[in-house]
Amino acid sequence: MEIQAAPPAHQAPLSPSPHLLPPIFQSDTAPPQMITQGAEALLYRTTYLLPTLPCALKYRPSKPYRHPILDARLTKHRILSEARVLVKCRREGVPVPAVYAVDEREGWVMLEWVEGEVVRVKVNEWLRRRKELGVAEGVEEEVLKGLMGRIGRAIGRMHGGGGLCMGDLTTSNLMLRPKREDTVNGEGSRNAGDEVLGGEIVLIDFGLASQSSADEDRAVDLYVLERAFGSTHPRAEGLFSELLGAYGTSFKGANVVLKKLEEVRMRGRKRSMLG
Amino acid sequence: MALLETIHLEHLPTTPIHISLYRNVKNAPFLQQQLLAGNTDFEYAFIDASVIVSRIHVLSAAYRAINALHSHRLRSRNVHSEIVFSLSPNNNIAESFRRFGITATTENLLVVKVGGGREEVKRHLEGAVEGEAVGGMLDVGKVRKVYKLNSGGGGGKKGLGNGVVNEEEERRELEVFVLGAMALRGASN
Repeated sequence: MEIQAAPPAHQAPLSPSPHLLPPIFQSDTAPPQMITQGAEALLYRTTYLLPTLPCALKYRPSKPYRHPILDARLTKHRILSEARVLVKCRREGVPVPAVYAVDEREGWVMLEWVEGEVVRVKVNEWLRRRKELGVAEGVEEEVLKGLMGRIGRAIGRMHGGGGLCMGDLTTSNLMLRPKREDTVNGEGSRNAGDEVLGGEIVLIDFGLASQSSADEDRAVDLYVLERAFGSTHPRAEGLFSELLGAYGTSFKGANVVLKKLEEVRMRGRKRSMLG
Repeated sequence: MALLETIHLEHLPTTPIHISLYRNVKNAPFLQQQLLAGNTDFEYAFIDASVIVSRIHVLSAAYRAINALHSHRLRSRNVHSEIVFSLSPNNNIAESFRRFGITATTENLLVVKVGGGREEVKRHLEGAVEGEAVGGMLDVGKVRKVYKLNSGGGGGKKGLGNGVVNEEEERRELEVFVLGAMALRGASN
């Protein structure tokens, strides 16, 4: 989940599990199904407790190139910090997947399965459909503006309410979960597939998140997302101000972050010039 | 007492668990004594049903305990006490028994048995527990207290998004908080 971009060329993407899962999952009659692979972790879809409850299994396999003791400590630390951040977010009303179970020694965590698609895919689909229909840019963009607003408020809640920074905010780490009624009668909309952008924003992948309420870290979150929008959806970049506007009113102190963002834009993401 | 439920949890196909719920239990002190005395005929997790949010809640505790059993990481006496301990948001085993386990005054009792033949378990429980089976008996206030969901200034429950928070969603959120608190317990560093 860490990186949803294409895996390195020498690795076959989504091949049947190249890594051996922890023992508890090895005897499954329906083995967990691999969804994606990041730099550190593998993401599977499986079930929790009952066959009717889908869940996401995030597994951090041990790294053979690391010293075993260091390896165990790093894995444990990363699994736990992500799980703690998610639980805290959920308590504060930030829309994130729930934590079902953690096994820090084996290196896995089971999370609520979030239906829907990542924002990157949805925005691209919407832009493509509009292009096919011949709608000019800058016309009837209310739906996209609405989406930007929802994203801004969700980030605001995480920063302001949760006191957390994501560390890796991209359009691949934002999901759109269709509302229940949308899935029933979502089809048949008349214009440009506007329902594509409907649904609730859910923040995913807190592998790099940290507890921080520093304006600098918050501004960097926004800056990274802005750059991500700029590079994956250049046509949507102009609407980033909508996101910032919604963010600015979402919690006390958000305006200071927006000031800081201008500073970050001038110099880039790294202030310390270390690492 | 015909309402014994047998469940095979996902990823644990070889370990069935048997669950039964009772109301108006009359012999709680006796049952508690059997546990304290280490009577091997009473290898059950006796749980105070008023702090159990849902099926998923108790199954989650069982899952964690059985996982600990299989990987030789039990921290309490056996898998059944581990189920009770698994419900706890902190590492105090004695306290977890007081809050989630059977006490002399428990009237609503949830019994979990790991492994064993269904009929055998059923027969033994019929003779052992004096009470009537099944029903919902959740005490939300008590749950919020033991999982510390009321503390923390601006924290606590807020409505998600602009959605109307109905009772079902609220129960679902409560379940999620509780599962998170359980999953994170015991982790240092």
